[in-house]
Amino acid sequence: MITKQLSVFLENETARLCAVADTLAKNHINIRALSLADTAEFGILRLIVDQPEKGREVLANEGIVVRLTNVLALSAQDAPGGALGALRVLAESGINVEYMYAYVAKVSGKAIMIVQVEDMEVAEEILRRHGFDEADFAGFGD
Amino acid sequence: MKYLNSKEECMSYDELRALQSRRLCEQVRRSYERVECFRRRMDEKGLRPGDIRGVEDLHLLPFSYKKDLRDYYPYGLFAVPMKDVVRLHASSGTTGKRIVVGYTRNDLDMWGECVARMMAGLGVTAEDIVQVSFGYGLFTGGFGAHSGAERLGATVIPISSGNTANQIQTMVDFGATVLCCTPSYAMYLGEEAERMGVQDQLRLRIGIFGAEPWSENMRRKIEEKLGLRAYDIYGLSEVLGPGVACECSEQAGMHVWEDHFIAETINPDTGEVLPEGEVGELVFTSLTKEAFPVIRYRTRDICRLIREDCPCGRTHVRMSKPSGRTDDMLIIRGVNVFPSQIEEVLLRVSGNRITPNYQIVLDRVNNTDTFDVNVEMSEAFFSDNVRAIEALERNITEQLRSTLGIGAKVHLVNPKTIVRSEGKARRVVDNRSGKM
Ligand SMILES: [Zn+2]
Repeated sequence: MITKQLSVFLENETARLCAVADTLAKNHINIRALSLADTAEFGILRLIVDQPEKGREVLANEGIVVRLTNVLALSAQDAPGGALGALRVLAESGINVEYMYAYVAKVSGKAIMIVQVEDMEVAEEILRRHGFDEADFAGFGD
Repeated sequence: MKYLNSKEECMSYDELRALQSRRLCEQVRRSYERVECFRRRMDEKGLRPGDIRGVEDLHLLPFSYKKDLRDYYPYGLFAVPMKDVVRLHASSGTTGKRIVVGYTRNDLDMWGECVARMMAGLGVTAEDIVQVSFGYGLFTGGFGAHSGAERLGATVIPISSGNTANQIQTMVDFGATVLCCTPSYAMYLGEEAERMGVQDQLRLRIGIFGAEPWSENMRRKIEEKLGLRAYDIYGLSEVLGPGVACECSEQAGMHVWEDHFIAETINPDTGEVLPEGEVGELVFTSLTKEAFPVIRYRTRDICRLIREDCPCGRTHVRMSKPSGRTDDMLIIRGVNVFPSQIEEVLLRVSGNRITPNYQIVLDRVNNTDTFDVNVEMSEAFFSDNVRAIEALERNITEQLRSTLGIGAKVHLVNPKTIVRSEGKARRVVDNRSGKM
């Protein structure tokens, strides 16, 4: 359930966004999910890819500011109550969600959900106890 | 060996004044006879060489300026025939037109002595291996450091600047114990040594850095990365080259070798001499230079003079690290701002974690100056958390406001988007000219 995510600093969204996507594609790294958090001044692009370590390396080599961060990845579709169910469980357990994003696979229509929390191990344990499962990335960008 | 020449370096204040007075009178007389520009300015003021009876009359003498070197290019300010000039150095400067200075054999000896005094005081001996990574050539850095080290009988590696991987390999293979270069290059060498994983193999213990502004924070960072003690050396080619003023082991200001140079600080607007200790424009008079003497030369460097006793035992006045240049000084919304102040803030805010690569961008919109500071983001600095980055940006903005007294707009930008060469970075982009 704990998964490595790439966090990328973006100053000029459009240009850098393309550079990130191109670099990953050139190195045969598949993007499974992504989200962009931006302010008026800068943005953080968050990516789930199939080879996070390699992804970090190839991006850093291009002079892109990138960091590996831990997040929780769950299957939203089959889970009890779907995406909202997971959030409710975490809220009731007093775990603060910093951000989340969901992603739907084009073909299968399956959804995965990425959640950032303060106490990752505890959150993972709680979610498991409530029947949430590992994200199944089949069909996501592969 | 603590002093190269304890008689001169530790001379009492009164003896020093007497020596300076004697040499000043001589220098004025010689310049009046041989340098047309100086003679004309003296005549305009109605001054004769005999009117100058000692250092107490220094303030009567006319100033000289960088512009003079361009106006009298190439040899118009030389005070000896070309047959006595054994070396030329030159620099292009930012305005494009070159300046050139000359040295007699005695001038070169004096230069070597100035640098050697510093090195000897820091404990450099004939046992040391000195890597000179200042550029050799028309720039004074390489030859200046070289002559000081050679004077002490140290082993000199005249590698010059550039080819960083080779520099580091040389340092390791040849066992360099002393490094001389610009501080930004020292920082770069430190970063590269770290990246190459050879920091443990370095034997450096002393670094002599100068020819560009650097901060106290940068000093600590270089010291940590290269495992040495870093010292500041000051000089301008118009006055001599590096070695006019040098830090001692106290790292608390640079001793101006007052048996060869007189330093004054003046108000840059009025030209009035300031009491020692007050911040102003640094002005130099050479006392012993033969080929290219300078009288009250305006350096445009802003600093203060420290007359208090130094624990090292030298009696010569110290100058503080220049806090900026009169021509670097930016006037933004009527407030004086020096790029060095911004550098200090960035280092402080980042807790010495990042190399503060930054650029100031000025423009004028609706009759008001806009003031933007671009700061490069780095991995050590980046977090997945939007609020943390916003807080960083806010912190920089607030610190800039409290230090400078005016507000700047701070932008975090992608790394390596601000040009940083192995020499000097372009710190200011001023688009205001012509815009009302
Ligand atoms: Zn001292």
